[in-house]
Amino acid sequence: MNRRDFLGVLLASGACLPEAGSAAAAGFYDLPPVANCATLFHLTDCHAQLLPLHYREPSDNLGLGTRAGQPPHLAGEALLRRYGIPSGGRLAHAFSHIDFVEAARQYGRMGGFAHLATLLNRLRDQRPGAVLVDGGDSWQGSATALWTRGADMREACLALGVEVMTGHWEFTYGADEVLEHVAALAPRLRFLAQNIRTTEFEDPVFEPFVLRSINGHLIAIIGQAYPYTPIANPRHFVPEWRFGIQSEELAKQVRSVRAAGAQAVVLLSHNGMDVDLKLASQVSGLDAILGGHTHDAVPAPVRVRNAGGETLVANGGSHGKFLGVLDMEFADVGLAQVNYRILPVFSDLLPPDPGMQALVARLRTPFLDRLREPLAISDGLLYRRGNFGGTFDQLILQALLETQDAQIAFSPGFRWGGSLLPGQTITREDLLGQMAITYPQMHVDWYTAVQLHALLEDLGDNLFNPDPYRQQGGDLVRVAGLSFTCAPRAPVGQRFSDLRLKGELLSPSRRYKTVSWAPVAEGVVGPPAWEAVEQWLVARRRVPVLRPPAPALVGVGNDPGLAVGS
Amino acid sequence: MRKARRILLQALLLPALALVPLRLLAAVWNRAAFEARDLATALREAGVGEPARSEDIVIRAPEIAENGAQVPVEIQSRLVGTELIQLFVERNPQPLAASFRFLGGTEAFISTRIKMGETSELRVVVTAAGRTWFNSREVKVTIGGCGV
Repeated sequence: MNRRDFLGVLLASGACLPEAGSAAAAGFYDLPPVANCATLFHLTDCHAQLLPLHYREPSDNLGLGTRAGQPPHLAGEALLRRYGIPSGGRLAHAFSHIDFVEAARQYGRMGGFAHLATLLNRLRDQRPGAVLVDGGDSWQGSATALWTRGADMREACLALGVEVMTGHWEFTYGADEVLEHVAALAPRLRFLAQNIRTTEFEDPVFEPFVLRSINGHLIAIIGQAYPYTPIANPRHFVPEWRFGIQSEELAKQVRSVRAAGAQAVVLLSHNGMDVDLKLASQVSGLDAILGGHTHDAVPAPVRVRNAGGETLVANGGSHGKFLGVLDMEFADVGLAQVNYRILPVFSDLLPPDPGMQALVARLRTPFLDRLREPLAISDGLLYRRGNFGGTFDQLILQALLETQDAQIAFSPGFRWGGSLLPGQTITREDLLGQMAITYPQMHVDWYTAVQLHALLEDLGDNLFNPDPYRQQGGDLVRVAGLSFTCAPRAPVGQRFSDLRLKGELLSPSRRYKTVSWAPVAEGVVGPPAWEAVEQWLVARRRVPVLRPPAPALVGVGNDPGLAVGS
Repeated sequence: MRKARRILLQALLLPALALVPLRLLAAVWNRAAFEARDLATALREAGVGEPARSEDIVIRAPEIAENGAQVPVEIQSRLVGTELIQLFVERNPQPLAASFRFLGGTEAFISTRIKMGETSELRVVVTAAGRTWFNSREVKVTIGGCGV
C-alpha cells in the first residue's frame, strides 16, 4: 500500500521522475486531476527559513514500543525500500541522508519562500479554492526571526497566503506578544489551538477551530498546538496557560464541528507523528491529521483504523523542504476519499516568484552585514538531525567545552537548522540558524556522577519512553566530554550506563565542570551561547571534519530506523 | 478580568474557610495516614484493604506534568454510593495527597492540584457503599528542556 501510495504521488499522474532536465521537471509538480474536491496545502516547521537550504534527513530515527520499525522510524535504505523510491535520484536525496553531500551538490538547495510561492501558484491553478495551512514553528529558527521577534516571518507567511496556523516555538516570544500578534493577524490568518487553556479557570486562550467552505464543502480545521511547550521550553514564557494533548477535549470539538455541519474534519497538529498516530487510534471522527513537530518527511501517509472509521495521518517534513497537498474528494453521499501527497521543493525546478523574492530581500536588507559575517570554514559536512548527535551539535559542544574550560558540555536535541556542505563558509546567519532562541543563556554548573546519570535518564526518557504521549519529540540531548552506553529499550533509570570521562569511569566522589545552554528554568543568568561559539570559530578559522558521538547501543539490533554506514 | 475573578474568589473563599471550626477539621483528619512515609503504610492507615480496579473511577491528569508543584487532577467516581475519594502518589515522601468525604447525594467529582516530586503512579481509592475500589494512572514529572 505504501509503495503504491507514494508512487501514485509522483508517477501515476503521467510525469516521469525528473532526474534531469527541465522538460521532465515541468511534470514533477503536476497533480492528478480531481473532481468535487476540497484541498488543503500544508506547510509545517519551516523554522523561519526564507531562503533555500540543504537539510539532511536523519540516518538514525529509532522507533520505540509499538512504533519500532514503523513509519516514521525508517532511515536510509530501509526507508527507500519501504516506499519504492529508486536509489540515487532526486527523491532519494529529498527523503534520505544517503550520499548527502554529492546529492546536495547535484540537486541543489531545497525550499525557500520564493520557490514555495511559485509552487503554490502552480498548485492553485490545479486546485482552485485550496487553503494554505501552517502547522507552526514558522516564526522561529533564523537570526532575522529572532531579531524581529518573528515579524519578518509573519509578513512572509501572510504574503505566501497562509490562512490558518497553530504553534509551538511561537510561544517562546511570550504569551503577551503572541496574543498581540494573533489579534493583529486575524481575520486574514487564524491562529488555532484547542489544547491551550488558562491554568486558573480553564478558559480557552485561542479559537479551537475554523469552519471553511472550500469549493462548496464545509471543512473544519481544528488546531492542536505542541502539547508539551511549557515542559520542553521555558514555562515562564506562558505561565498562565496549560497545554497537554487533551484528547477528550478534542473529541468534543470534533462532535461540535460535525454538529455544525462540517463534511470533513482535519486536525492541524503540532503533536509529532508518534503522538498523532496514537491520537488517531483513540479519537474518531477525524478524516486527516496534518502533522509536524518531529520533522518527519514521510513519503506516504499512514491510515489508522479507529472506532469511527479511518484517519489519515501525515507529517509534512520541515524547513520548507516539502509542501503537503491534502485532497478531500466528495461523492453524492459525502466524503469519498482522502489523499495526501508530500512534494519535495527543489529550488532548481521552481524559478523564484519575483514578488516573494523582493519581499524576502527587503526583509533581510537591514541585517545583511550582520548576517553575512564570515566566522570560519568547515572542512566537513555540518548537520543536526539524528537521535544521538549531529556534526553541527558537535561543533557547538566543542566550542562550549573549550571556551569555558569545562569537562562536559550539553546542548539541546533540537531538530532544526540547515546543513552546510564541506568547504562552505560558516556565517553568523548559519550559526544562528542552529541557535536563534529567546533563552540562549550559557551557564556552568558542577555535577556529581549521580546527577549526570539522572540527567541523562530524564532527558533520554523524553525520547525513549515507549508511550508516545510521554515523549517530547526531540532528539537526545547532545553531549561532549562524556561517553556512555545506551539501551533505548530498557526502562527509565536503566538506559544509560558506563559513564566515562576520557575513558575513565566517573568517580562517585567527584564533581564535574559542565557547560550547557538554553535553560528552561527562570532566572538563569549567562551570556548568549552563540557568542562563545562565534569567538571559537573566528579564532579557529577552519573547523576540521567532525564525527557525531556514536554511543555503544544495547538491544536495538538491526533496527530499520538506524542506517548502518554512510 | 481573569485577575479580578481570582481576587473575587479569594474574597469569597477565605471567610468561608475561616468559618469551619477547627475541631471539625481535626475530627476528620487522619493524621497517621497523611503522615505515613510509604504507600503500604498510608493505604493501611487509610483503611484501604486490597481493592479491585474499577474503570468507573475516571481520572483526568496530564500525561506529563507541566509543573510538579501543582499537578491538576480531576476525579469522577461513577460508583453508586461514593463516600470517600483518596489520592495516593506512590513515590511522594508522604503518599496520601488528599482525602475527600462526600455526603449522601453529592456528585462524586473533585478537581484539585497535587504536588508530585517525581514520575509516579497516581492511585485513586474510592469507598462506595462500604466497599473499596481503585484506579490509577502514571503521571510523568521531568526537568524538561530540549524542545524540538
